Parts: sequence; C-alpha cells; structure tokens
Amino acid sequence: MTNPRPVKLDCRNVWKLYGTGADRLLQDHVAPTLDDMREAGLIGAVRDASVQIHEGEIFVIMGLSGSGKSTLVRCLSRLIEPTAGEVNFEGRNLLTVPEKDLIEIRRKKMGMVFQQFALLPHLTVLQNAAFPLDVQGVDRATREARAREVVELVGLKGREDYYPRELSGGQQQRVGIARSLAVEPDLWFLDEPFSALDPLIRREMQDEFLRLQALLHKTIVFITHDFDEAIRLADRIAVMKDGEIVQTATPEELVLNPATDYVGEFTKHIPRAKVLRLSSIMSPGDAESVAGQLPGTARVEDVADQIEAADLPFRVIDGAGEAIGTVDGRAVIDVLIGRSHG
Amino acid sequence: MTALRRPYIFWLALFAVTWALSRWSFPLYKALDARWIIKFPKAWELPLEGWISAAMAWLVESATFGLFTFRDLTRFISALIEAPYDLVRNLLVDGFQTGLGQNAVEVAPSLSWIAVIAVVGALAYYAKDWKLAVLVGACFLYLAIFGQWESAMVTLASVLISVPMGAVGGLALGILSYRYQWFERALRPMLDLMQTVPVFAYLVPILFLFGFGPVSALVATIIYAMPPMVRITTVALQTVPPEVHDVGKMTGCTRRQMMWKVLVPVATPTLMVGVNQVIMLSLNMVIIASMIGAGGLGFDVLGALRRLDIGAGVEAGLAIVVMAVALDRLSQAFAVRERGHAITGGFVKRHPWGVTVVLVIVGTFLAGQFLPALQTYPDGATVTTSRFWSGAIEWINVNFFDTFEAIKVFFLNWLMLPVKRFFGGIPWPWGVVALGLIGWRLGGWRLGLLCAVMTLFIAASGLWPKAMVTVYLCGVSVLIASVIGIPLGVLAAQNERAGGIIGGFIDTLQTLPSFVYLIPVVMLFRVGDFSAMIAVVLYALAPAVRYAAHGIRSIDPGMIEAGKVSGCTRRQLLWRIKLPLAAPSLLLGLNQTIMLALSMLVITALVGTRDLGQEVYIALTKANTGQGIIAGLSVAFIAIIADRIVTALARKSKERLGLEA
Ligand SMILES: Nc1ncnc2c1ncn2[C@@H]1O[C@H](COP(=O)(O)OP(=O)(O)OP(=O)(O)O)[C@@H](O)[C@H]1O
Ligand SMILES: [Mg+2]
Repeated sequence: MTNPRPVKLDCRNVWKLYGTGADRLLQDHVAPTLDDMREAGLIGAVRDASVQIHEGEIFVIMGLSGSGKSTLVRCLSRLIEPTAGEVNFEGRNLLTVPEKDLIEIRRKKMGMVFQQFALLPHLTVLQNAAFPLDVQGVDRATREARAREVVELVGLKGREDYYPRELSGGQQQRVGIARSLAVEPDLWFLDEPFSALDPLIRREMQDEFLRLQALLHKTIVFITHDFDEAIRLADRIAVMKDGEIVQTATPEELVLNPATDYVGEFTKHIPRAKVLRLSSIMSPGDAESVAGQLPGTARVEDVADQIEAADLPFRVIDGAGEAIGTVDGRAVIDVLIGRSHG
Repeated sequence: MTALRRPYIFWLALFAVTWALSRWSFPLYKALDARWIIKFPKAWELPLEGWISAAMAWLVESATFGLFTFRDLTRFISALIEAPYDLVRNLLVDGFQTGLGQNAVEVAPSLSWIAVIAVVGALAYYAKDWKLAVLVGACFLYLAIFGQWESAMVTLASVLISVPMGAVGGLALGILSYRYQWFERALRPMLDLMQTVPVFAYLVPILFLFGFGPVSALVATIIYAMPPMVRITTVALQTVPPEVHDVGKMTGCTRRQMMWKVLVPVATPTLMVGVNQVIMLSLNMVIIASMIGAGGLGFDVLGALRRLDIGAGVEAGLAIVVMAVALDRLSQAFAVRERGHAITGGFVKRHPWGVTVVLVIVGTFLAGQFLPALQTYPDGATVTTSRFWSGAIEWINVNFFDTFEAIKVFFLNWLMLPVKRFFGGIPWPWGVVALGLIGWRLGGWRLGLLCAVMTLFIAASGLWPKAMVTVYLCGVSVLIASVIGIPLGVLAAQNERAGGIIGGFIDTLQTLPSFVYLIPVVMLFRVGDFSAMIAVVLYALAPAVRYAAHGIRSIDPGMIEAGKVSGCTRRQLLWRIKLPLAAPSLLLGLNQTIMLALSMLVITALVGTRDLGQEVYIALTKANTGQGIIAGLSVAFIAIIADRIVTALARKSKERLGLEA
C-alpha cells in the first residue's frame, strides 16, 4: 500500500544494544544474531528497526512487555542514543544535530505523553500544562491562556488549580496529554499512555484521543502492548518482538496476512469484524439492484446490521464515489462467524 | 565437620592469645626487659603533632595567595558570617543600636516575645495545622515563662544563621556531586571522615583560624551539619524517577532548567528531610559550640555543670529539649506539607498569616513602647523551677544514694573494670597484629592492611593507652545499648502498641542534642566512667532499636508462615527464624550504634573520662591544633576500623543467608 503523504519521521536500521562493548559487536557483525549478542553478554533492546512515519497518520508500535517499544520510541525522540542507525525528522538526522538544535526541535515540534504520567508534583494542573511554554520563556499571561485552552480541550476545565495528587489516574493522564499539546507539536509520541488506567477509563480515553486527533491531525507515534487498542486507533501498526519489527502493516493486512506465526497468534482471537473493511470482503464487479451504497473504508462491525437486514447486496464505493464491488449479507456473516471465505 | 569448626578455632585462638598477652604483658616486659612491649617508644613517635601545629601557624601568619593573605580570607569569611548573625541576633535579642559602648542608643528594640511566638505559631499553622501551632507556640511560651528566653533566642539566632548556610552549601555540593562523578568521588571520603571525626576535633583548628567567639561556633556548626545535606541531596536527585527526566528533556529544558525547574522541585520533599537534619544537627552543635563562644543555652548548661548547680542545669537542659522538639516538629511538618489548591483573591486573602504576623509584630512594637511587658517578658512573672529540681535531685540522692552507688559499683566491678583491664593490657604490637588479622579474616588482605596501618598510626602517635580506654568505654556502652535496644526493637516490631510507644520514645531521644544526656547522669552518678557510659548508652540506643525493629519487620512473611506450618512455637519462631534472618539488619544497627557511641564519648570527656575524648578536650582548651587533630583522627580511625569490620561481617551474614549475590 502506498501512502501519498510525505514522510515525517524516517528511522533506518536503528539498533540499541545494552551492555559494554556494544559498538564493537556492531562493527564486527553487520547484522548480529541473538546468539551473537548473548555470547557478547549484550541485550538487544532494539534490533535493526526501520519505520517510516507519514504526516498525519497514527502509527502504532505494538508488542509484548519487554519487546523494545519504549526503547525504540526513546531512540526516535533521542531520549537515548541509539547504538547505530539513523533517525531523520523532517529531513534532518536527529542523531547528529547539535544539542542546541535538538532542544529547539523538542520545544517546538515534539510532544510526548508518558505511561506513568510523569506530572510534576509541585505544579498545579495549569502550571503543568504550561510547563513546556514556561521552559521556552513564554510570558506568564500568554502561557496560562494557552494552558487554559488545552486543559479545556482535554476536559479538565474547573480543575486548573488542583495538584496532580488530587486527581484520578485518568485525569492525571489528561493533564499529561494537555501538557504535550501545549506547544502544538507536529510529532506526538505517546508511550503506553493508557496502560496504567482501568479498562473503562481506558476506553473513554481512547475515544477522547480519537476525538482530539480528528480535530488536530497530528503525526502520531503511539505505543501499546494491547492489540485491541492498536487496531482501534492505528492507521498502521508495527509489531515488535525481541527488539525486532516483525511486520509493519495496516490492521487489516495484519489480520489477513500475518507475516509470521507470532503475528498470527496475536491476531487470531481478534474479532475480524472489528478490523476488516468492506473493501477487503467485497466481491468485485457491480450489481444491478442494490440496497444502497457504502464506503469501502467502513468497518464490517459498524455496517453489519445494515447489510444483514437488507435483502439486496450493497454497492461498495471508493473515496471518489466510484463503485468498486458489492457486498451481501452472506459475506458479512462469514466474517462474523469466522468462516473462511473465497 | 572440621571445616565447620575451623572458623571458631581461629576466633578462639585469637581471643586466647590476646587475653594471655593482655594478662601477662607486664611480667613479659619485666622478663624480657623490653619496655617497648607496653609503651610505644618515644623515639619512634611520629612528630605529626608538631608539624600540624607549625603548618597551621604558617597558614595563619604568613600564607598568602598573592593578592590576599590567608588571614584576609578568614577575615572575609568571618565578616560574611558575622554580618547576618549580628542582624538576626539584634532582631531576636539585642535590639538595634547606633553608636558603640556607652554611647549606644537604641534605635529599635528586638522582636517582642509575643511577636516571636506569633511567628513560629503562624509558621506551624502554615506547615500543618492548629495543633502543631499550639504545640510550637507553647514550647516558646515555656521558654519565656521559665526565664530561658534570652539564652534560647541566642541559640535560635545561631541556628537561624547556620541552617540556611548549611542547607544551601550542602545543596550546592550535593548538586555538584550529582552532576560530576569525579567531584563525588573526591568528596565522598571527606564526608566519611567528617562524619567520623569527633566534633571537638574540628573545633580546635577552627578556633585557631577564627578565634574565640560566635563566628568559630557558627563555622563549626555549618561544617558539622552539612555532610548529611550533601548526601541527601545527591540521593534525592538520583532517585528522581526517570520519566521526570524524560519530561524535562522532551519539553526542551536546558541543563540549568532541568536542574532548577524539574529535578530540584521534584526532589524537594526529600531535600526537606535533609533540612530537618541540618536543623537538628545545628542545634546539637550550637550547644556544644557554646564552649568556643556561641553563648546561649549550651553555655548555661555548661556553666551549671561546672558549678554543679543542679537546678540551673536541668532548667537550661529542659529548655534545650523544648526547643529541639519545637524545631523538629516544625521542620518535619514542612517536609511533608502538601499544598492544597491555590487560594485566589486579594493580597490579604491570599496571605492571611503573613498579614496577621506583620500586624502582631507592629502592634507589639507600638504597644511595647508603653507597656514594656509586651516587649520583654517581665522578669517578675518568670517561674523558676531551679529550686524544685535541686530539691528533687537532692531528695533522690539522699534517699537512693545507696541504691545508685550499688548499681554503679556492681557495673564497675563486674563489667567495666575487667573489660578496661583487658583492653588496657593489650600490648600495642599485638593490637596492630590482631586487628590486621581480624580485618584479613573478614574482608581480605586489603582490609587487614587498612586496620593494621590505622592502628599503628594511633600507637605511633603515642595515644595507645587512651585509645584503649576509648575502645573499652565504647565497647561496654555498645554492648549495653544492644542488650537493651535489640529486645526493645524486637518487641516494637512484634507488637503494634508497644511499637508506637517505643517509636515515639526513640524519636524523642534522637531529637535531643547530645549535651542534654550529660545532665541527669552527672546529677545522679557524678563524674566518671560510669556516668559517661550511661550517657553514651542513652544517646546510642536509637539505632539499635530502629534497625532491630526494621530487620524483623522486613522479613519475608512467607518464611514466617513456613516456620509456623512446620510447627514452631513463638519462641522458636523468634530464635530460629526471625533473629537469624534479621542478622544483617542488626549488624547495621550495631554499626550505627558504634558510630553514635564514639561521637558521644568525645563529649563525655566533659564529665571526666580519660580517653581520646579527653585528649581532644585538652587540645581544645590549650588551642593546640596538632594535638587536637591527631587525637580526632585517632577517634576517626577507630570508627573507620569498626565500620569496615562490621560492614564486612554484615556482608558475610547476608551472603550466608543468600540475601545478596
Ligand atoms: N537501561 C537498560 N539497561 C539494560 N537493559 C535495558 C535497559 N532499558 C531496557 N532494557 C531492556 O531492553 C528490553 C526492552 O525494554 P523496553 O523498555 O523497551 O520494553 P517495552 O517494550 O517498552 O516493555 P513495556 O511494555 O514493559 O514497557 C528489555 O528486555 C529490557 O530489559
Ligand atoms: Mg515501555
């Protein structure tokens, strides 16, 4: 699948090895295997990771605990130095930019939300949200006005003067989100932002997140270990295992064509209706009499009732309104009960 | 089987040889006609003492940095400290004057006693609640009513000056050692040494540099109170969670912003614990430093002890206790204070306490012009308990003299004197060898060498006999403190109610300046080794209790359940499971107990022991820098040897329990 949007963040062959002698191993071997590393007593937290993140997309990095997601995203933001590789942000290699420029890029272009919220306990909600602006030397009135906007945006109006410990986990993370949005970043990192929250709140926050993204259109790198969360939010997903990216694809592709058994294992128990879109279950061609038309990007889950209740098939159309195929109740039922079709 | 017993054979043999040599060192010397066995030959003694004194004299008299001399430097530091000190002292005690001597004209009086009480009360309310405000206010009211106001305010002035300097200095050094590894590596041994060198020992060179007076006392206090702040600062910064660093970096903080906008504020609660320590140590030291001219409550106690004025001593001592409690509670409350959400509104609404306090200050100032009682607490209304205390102590002494005497004689005859004879008899060459062996056995040849060399240093300074007195007094005190403290700690850990009571008792004991312990023991047992021992035991009890309780509490409950399931009785549980598992913790407690005992021992020189403490004390009265430093270093070396040996023991016992790789 080609993506027409320009690449915002381009990460090529990034390695992060922990332990002494990491550089040497990478000089000796072009691509050391896990065994090589074990022999050298190193931990391969990220191994040869390459991803391209396009402007305006939600890119999810998914993997089990310890698979290297945080390490990768910290390499992308250069919170840690990769052992090898290249990270280009808007065409500049982040790993070689001088400290001064890096600070400037982070101040103006990047935002990050942390798993453990990481709010500053001595500041109020408003001050926390205004903190990035404070660091930039923005005057008090301006930064507080802006902070008020973002605090309202995340639904915490009225709690500006609370301290973090006076808030629930979900509210705290809203503050974390507000803070990361205060500078209007182009690139937004979220490292398991909702993992510390209980399932109900998590769902609410995911909705909130989608609502915000519909408003703001940021370029997003979102980390999660929860596949459900990944498919709910992602435009594309990279699956990590033991530091390696095993597959990068849309949620649909992952479900339909898992690259390895490992990915297949993940996707197996996911209800397909949640993932598949009409365009991947339709039959080609057009029908003469149809019950109506539906966009090819619609998820099966969302339109299943409608299709199933009608006697006639539906016409599936693409973004330009052209017919690209048809879909009937039977195809929908196949998906719902997990019967393989075709 | 033999492998199991071999360690015991080593220790038994070592003890047997030591005992035999100690017992027969004198006949041995006679038989061999080798006096060097019992006395380090004068000719071999290191002339360090003279060198140090000469070096100090050179520093003060002729050292120069080109642009300015060393003298100028010390004068400059003096001025830097003296100016704010005078200001605070004027504010609290003397009032502001222009002109000198006879021509002095009072410009403004000092803060009235009511104003001071209002300030501390408001601070307490601000930090916590009404209850604390009442407690702290009552403490200060006590000082006024019982006629200790002026001395207490002099002491408070010293504390108020040394605390900010110690805290800010400690913070700065702590930040530097957090930032730069090499700095931390250079600083750490110095901090270690500063915490083991007895306080008197650095009074001597300071006295030499800054002369008799409050400045010397303040310098000593700041130096004494700073090391814990440095350590706490470094640890506090190191334990800031990594995500917080990430936040700082991702928002684009510069290094300076990272430190001052992120790390330091986040670490503030821990830093406040450090400030609390600085306050308590400052108070402790200010009182000791009254000997070199700080004045205040410590001076009153010291004077009373010298005059054997029992009533006055107890009175001043109690005032110290009251002040210690007030300052401790107040600063602890600040350490755990949680901010409620911000109050908005006008100035008065936002600062109700600030405004009230200012009103009280101005009000009492104006009213004090007409009603002196509002300005200075009227002498007529003070209550003196001095006579009561004298009476009480006299009554105790009259009625229980025999009992006390019997206890004292019992301990002296059955414990202290035999131990004293044992240590006193050990010939110095064997002492060097034996400590070397112990160190080698427990921690390898490096530790053995360290112990031997340090012991040799003490012997070569001609301080062997006095060092042995120190070791004996310390040993006996630590033994008794452990015998009392460990069961208390175990009890506290096993029984919640007892735990609460014992915890409170121990906390209070720990807030008291070391000086205070001397008062009751001298009153009841007069001067001598026994009094010193009791004071040391009281002072050093806390860590034995705390670590024992901590050790028992932190045992994995699974182990205890395993014991219960296999049918242990409560007693078996304690002896077979809990105590062995708590051993590493007990040893840590032992270590701390030894350290506190040594630091207190030096202070007990004031009640007439003949150990290294006395040596330091003599040096202090003669202002003999070399002598003071050498004796101080000797005490520090004893502390370091004990510390390393006990640490090695703790490590071994941990390894045996498999608690640590
Ligand atoms: N500073 C470090 N030193 C050594 N090893 C590390 C370090 N940081 C991470 N690792 C290792 O790198 C691997 C990847 O860690 P990482 O934190 O990136 O995992 P993750 O996918 O984010 O897991 P989680 O979902 O638990 O956050 C782990 O095996 C971890 O032990
Ligand atoms: Mg992670």
